[in-house]
Amino acid sequence: MSSESDSGQAYWKANVSLIRNCLIVWAFVSFGLGILFRPLLTSIKIGGSDLGFWFAQQGSIYVFLVLIFFYAWRMNAMDKKYGVEE
Amino acid sequence: MDLRTLTYIVVGASFALYIGIAIWARAGSTSEFYAAGRGVHPVTNGMATAADWMSAASFISMAGIIAFNGYGASLYLMGWTGGYVLLAMLLAPYLRKFGKYTVPEFIGDRFYSQTARIVAVICLIVASITYVIGQMKGVGVAFSRFLEVDASTGLLIGTGIVFIYAVLGGMKGITYTQVAQYCVLILAYTVPAIFISLALTGNALPQIGLFSDHVGSGQPLLATLDQVVTDLGFNEYTAQSGDPLSVLNMTLFTLSLMIGTAGLPHVIIRFFTVPKVADARWSAGWALVFIALLYTTAPGVGAMARLNLMNTIQTGEIGAPDGNLAYDERPRWFKSWETTGLLKFEDKNGDGRIQYYNDKNEAFNAKAAEFGWKGNEMVKVDRDIMVLANPEIANLPNWVIALVAAGGLAAALSTAAGLLMAISSAVSHDLIKSIYNPNISEKGELLAARLSMAVAIMIAAYLGLNPPGFAAQVVALAFGIAAASLFPVLMLGIFSKRMNSKGAIAGMLSGLIITVVYIFIYKGWFFIPGTNMLPNNASNWLLGISPEAFGAVGAIINFAVAYFVSNASEAPPQEIQELVESIRVPSGAGAAVDH
Repeated sequence: MSSESDSGQAYWKANVSLIRNCLIVWAFVSFGLGILFRPLLTSIKIGGSDLGFWFAQQGSIYVFLVLIFFYAWRMNAMDKKYGVEE
Repeated sequence: MDLRTLTYIVVGASFALYIGIAIWARAGSTSEFYAAGRGVHPVTNGMATAADWMSAASFISMAGIIAFNGYGASLYLMGWTGGYVLLAMLLAPYLRKFGKYTVPEFIGDRFYSQTARIVAVICLIVASITYVIGQMKGVGVAFSRFLEVDASTGLLIGTGIVFIYAVLGGMKGITYTQVAQYCVLILAYTVPAIFISLALTGNALPQIGLFSDHVGSGQPLLATLDQVVTDLGFNEYTAQSGDPLSVLNMTLFTLSLMIGTAGLPHVIIRFFTVPKVADARWSAGWALVFIALLYTTAPGVGAMARLNLMNTIQTGEIGAPDGNLAYDERPRWFKSWETTGLLKFEDKNGDGRIQYYNDKNEAFNAKAAEFGWKGNEMVKVDRDIMVLANPEIANLPNWVIALVAAGGLAAALSTAAGLLMAISSAVSHDLIKSIYNPNISEKGELLAARLSMAVAIMIAAYLGLNPPGFAAQVVALAFGIAAASLFPVLMLGIFSKRMNSKGAIAGMLSGLIITVVYIFIYKGWFFIPGTNMLPNNASNWLLGISPEAFGAVGAIINFAVAYFVSNASEAPPQEIQELVESIRVPSGAGAAVDH
C-alpha cells in the first residue's frame, strides 16, 4: 500500500509540474506576447501588423491547441509508466 | 428558385435532420439521459462540445465585434479559447474520473456538504439561465431576418425543435444533434469567409488572407484597413491602447473569460460523456480544434467585412463631391438589410450621397464640415451585419445565404440545448433526487429528468419572449459567476486535499458576492435601470477594471478566502482525502463515497 501510494505521489507530482510548465507557455503567448509585451515587439512585422497582433488574433489559439494535445500525449505516456491507465 | 423558398428548404431540412437524430438517439436510462451512456467517442464529443460552446454570439456577433474594435476584440478570441487549456489540464479528466452526472454533485460530494451543493446549483442556474435567454433571442432573430417570420413565432418553432430532441434524448439526443449542428454551422461560416478572402487577398484561407496583401491596393490588408479607417476619423484597427489601466483591464478581461469558460457547467458536463479519463484529455483538444476552425476564421471575416463596408461607401477621394456612394446606386444587399433595420441611412446634408465617418472625432469633424458633411449618415450599422450580409456582399449564390440562416439557428439551438441539459440535470439530480426524494427509482428519476427538461425549456422560451434586464449581461453575469464561484472550488477540490467544506463554501460565497456586487454597482442592482451607484465608465471603475473583467478578481478572492478559512479549520475526513486521491489517477473505481 505504501509503495503504491509513493508511486501515486510521484505520478501526481509529475502531473502538476507538467501542468505548471504548460500553463507558463499558455500565459506567455496570450497575456505576454498578445497583450503585455506587444509594445516591445512592434519591430517584428507580420503582414501589415506586428507579432503581438498575430499572437492576439491567431497565434495564441494555435499554441493552446498544441499545448492540449502535448499534455494529453505526455499524460497518457505517464499513465502507462506509473501503471495507472484505465 | 427564389431565396425565400430556398431558405425554407435548407432550414427545414436541417430541422428534419435534428428530429430524425432525436428519434434515433432516444435515452432509455438516466445514464443515457445525463451522460449519453458514457459512450461518446472523444472526436465526436469534441465536435459536440464545439457546437455546445459556440453560441449565437460566436456565430453572428463575434466577427462584427472584431470588425468594429479591431485589436481590442482579441480578448474574446483568446478568452473563449484559452479556457480549454484550463479545462483539459485542471478539471475535465478528474471530473470524468469522479464519474457522476452533474457539477454540483461533485461539489456536494467532495465538500461533504449539501449547502455547498445548493450554492453550486444556484450559481449554475443563474449563469445558465442568463446564457440561455440570449440563445432563445438569437433563434427568434435568425428566423425573423432570414425567413421573414415574426421573431416570437420563430422562437416558438425553435423551442419546439429543442423540446423534441432534448426531452426524448437528453444528453444522448443533444450530443448527436450537436454534431450535426456543428457541421451545418461551420460550413455556413467558412464558405462565405473563403470567398471573401479570395476576392480581397487572392488567398483562400482567411487565416492567411488576413496577413496578406490586399488585391486592390497591393499593400498589406491590415495596413490598408488601418489607413482607410483612420482617414475617416475612426480608431486605427490594429492599434493597442497605451494606457496601462486599459492594458490591465484587457488582461483581466481575457483571464475572466478563460476561467469562466472552464467553469461553465454546460461545457464541463460534455466531458462526462466520454468512456475514459484519457478520452477526456483528447476530447478537450478536439473540441478546441473544431472551435479554432471558427475562431481563427473570425478575425479575417471581421477585418475583410469592415474593409468591404468602408470601400463600398467611400468609393473615391475623401471630400471630393463624387467620392461617396450615391444612395440611389446602393447595392442590393444594402437595400435588403435596410428593410430589416440593421442598416439605417439618413441624408443629413441632402446631397443624395452617403457619408460614413466618425463624427465623434473632433479633429476629423472640422475637416468634414469643410467638405459640407453634416454628420455621420450611417446612423445605424449593426455589428451582426458583418456575418449576416457577408454572402450577399461577396455575391455568393442563394444557397450560401440559406446556409448562413441554418448555421445561425444551429449555433443558437445547440448552445440552448446544452444549457438546458445543465439546468435540468441540476434540478432533477441535485434537487429532486438528492434533496427532495433520495429513494426515487431509476425510472422515476428519468421521468423527473424529462419533466425538468420540459419545464426548463418552457421557462427559457417565456424569458426569451419577455427578456428581463439581466438577459443582456451574459459576459458579465454568466462568465463572472462561473469564474468567481465555480471554477476555483472545482480546482481546489481536485488540487488541494486539505480543502474542507468551510473553506469551499466561504470561498464560493465571497467570490460570488464580491463579483456580483461590483457588477451591480455599475450596472444597477439586479440590472434595474437607474439603480447603479456609479456611472459605468473607465474613470469610475476600480483601477480601470470593467464589470465584465472582474470575474478574475472574484476568482482570486475565492481562492484566497478558501485557503485561509480551510487552513484555520479542521482537515476534511479521511474518506474525502481518499476520494481526492482516487480522482487524481485514471485507474480504479470512480467515486469512493456515495451519499
